[in-house]
Amino acid sequence: MKFLRNFLDNQEKHFLEGGKLKSLYPLYELTDTFLFTSGNVTKTGSHIRDALDLKRMMITVVYALIPAIAMALYNTGLQANLALQKLGLTVVEGWRGSLLQLLGAGVDPTSILDNVLHGALYFLPIYLLTVIAGGVWEVVFAVVRKHEVNEGFLVTSILFPLILPPDIPWWQVIVGISFGVIIGKEIFGGVGMNILNPALTGRAFLYFAYPAAISGDTAWVAVDGFSRATPLAEFADPALQVSVSVKDAFIGFIPGSMGETSALACLIGAFILIVTKIGSWRIMLSLLLGMVATASLFNFIGSDTNAMFQVTPLWHFVLGGFAFGAIFMATDPVSASMTSQGQWFYGVLIGALTVLVRVINPAYPEGIMLAILFGNVFAPIIDKVFINKNIKRRMLRNV
Amino acid sequence: MVEQLISIFLKSVFIENLALSFFLGMCTYIAVSKQVETSTGLGIAVIVVQTITVPVNNLLYTYVLKGGALAWAGLPDVNLTFLGLVVYIGVIAAIVQILEMALDKFMPALYNALGIFLPLITVNCAILGGSLFMVERNYNFAESVVYGVGSGTGWAMAIIALAGIREKMKYSNVPDGLRGLGITFVTVGLIAMAFMLFSGIQL
Repeated sequence: MKFLRNFLDNQEKHFLEGGKLKSLYPLYELTDTFLFTSGNVTKTGSHIRDALDLKRMMITVVYALIPAIAMALYNTGLQANLALQKLGLTVVEGWRGSLLQLLGAGVDPTSILDNVLHGALYFLPIYLLTVIAGGVWEVVFAVVRKHEVNEGFLVTSILFPLILPPDIPWWQVIVGISFGVIIGKEIFGGVGMNILNPALTGRAFLYFAYPAAISGDTAWVAVDGFSRATPLAEFADPALQVSVSVKDAFIGFIPGSMGETSALACLIGAFILIVTKIGSWRIMLSLLLGMVATASLFNFIGSDTNAMFQVTPLWHFVLGGFAFGAIFMATDPVSASMTSQGQWFYGVLIGALTVLVRVINPAYPEGIMLAILFGNVFAPIIDKVFINKNIKRRMLRNV
Repeated sequence: MVEQLISIFLKSVFIENLALSFFLGMCTYIAVSKQVETSTGLGIAVIVVQTITVPVNNLLYTYVLKGGALAWAGLPDVNLTFLGLVVYIGVIAAIVQILEMALDKFMPALYNALGIFLPLITVNCAILGGSLFMVERNYNFAESVVYGVGSGTGWAMAIIALAGIREKMKYSNVPDGLRGLGITFVTVGLIAMAFMLFSGIQL
């Protein structure tokens, strides 16, 4: 460690004012703060110092995401291997097959190792592309605009692959994360200044720009020529039989975007976020309340033509991206409501809209993504209302 | 009947939002959205004017302009639809003037709060757009009242949301070339993307 510190300190002069590499200072700063805690502390005025800086906050979110990542690896492989089994194939085509053979792994859906390896061959390339493409943009903006590369991208780069289907073409991954990072975040000034969640912005952009590749029945299982609808689509379409049980959906053995299938993994993440006070429990709880209330209302109303009216709150919770969105996306501290009363309102709004879109909007089987973006759009105004209310109340008290 | 009216209202507020899915009234939408207070004032003014002008234009269209509408005056072959645009704009301008004078006289507080926005509305294309949509979709009188309230509310909601975001964006560090209008257009695009949430809902 000491060696590394000395090495970095020795290199620092090249990157400071007057050094030959001074335009690349953000890269040096990135390496330094990635490996060590930032050396800068506030010196003037009265500040409360806390060990919880941006870096630790973001790393905690990454820890909370680990169960979801593990399930993403396992379930992507599991779904692919199950599909192969159904098609009667034993060999994977293309480079993934050769690599699997090289590693000595088979395609047996009952073997955990086989599933994880097969899943990793889908998840890791997408993750690496996200990190590289998004990272390049981060560094370009940091160099040109002379700010620092921030840890925020670490979380965005993990969230983004987790909300993509495994079969997505690689160039779309690059286009999507580029849009998310540039338009969603960097042109507003970088981490902490954006108005929408960058990962969701990129995902929504892909959804509207290339709907064929990111929805429908063939996108969700990573085997060519195999189509299986997501359970949400099965519920919506009376011609399809629902092919999963609540338990499977809860643990996450269903087709869907890579990281969002497992409500269990998301709940473990929620526990970590709430205990460390990184994520707002108010937002998570109010989203849940909004969802349960709206779903129950639809259950109560009922409908002869639309099967989605009958879907119970429990199913709404375990299917699709609800748990993932509620826990990791809606609680994004930058784009969510900041006031605690506002967070209740914000959460209920998103929860209710999610169910509303799932049930009565035939254009989208899943609504959580756009519902959160919609919540982000209205978060500043919700905050403003509650802050003004507070100001008024306090003024009355002091008159 | 009531169901149909509710459906027209929800449609005009969310699904066919004048500002965010037709991009009407962009000039005032972008120029007057720097502060939440002023844009709330403008939003309310738009709702009021829209609620009055769309039904009035509806009456004019049904009883004067439409082909055969003048049958009550003994002129069943006259078709005055080509006068539509002129008449609608005239009606809007006149109503805004009258409204301004009435507010000045009876509600000076509201008049002062609205200030310049009331006259500005005369040239707001969202208002004219509302009347034209009403004609295109053959709304009857009750429907046009509901459509006026709904489309005005949708526009007001959109401008208040944008103003909230722009107030928050005071703390953003936008690149020099994009400051002001540029970033606002990008923001409007992003808001419109979030509003796609409702597109496709069949009511």
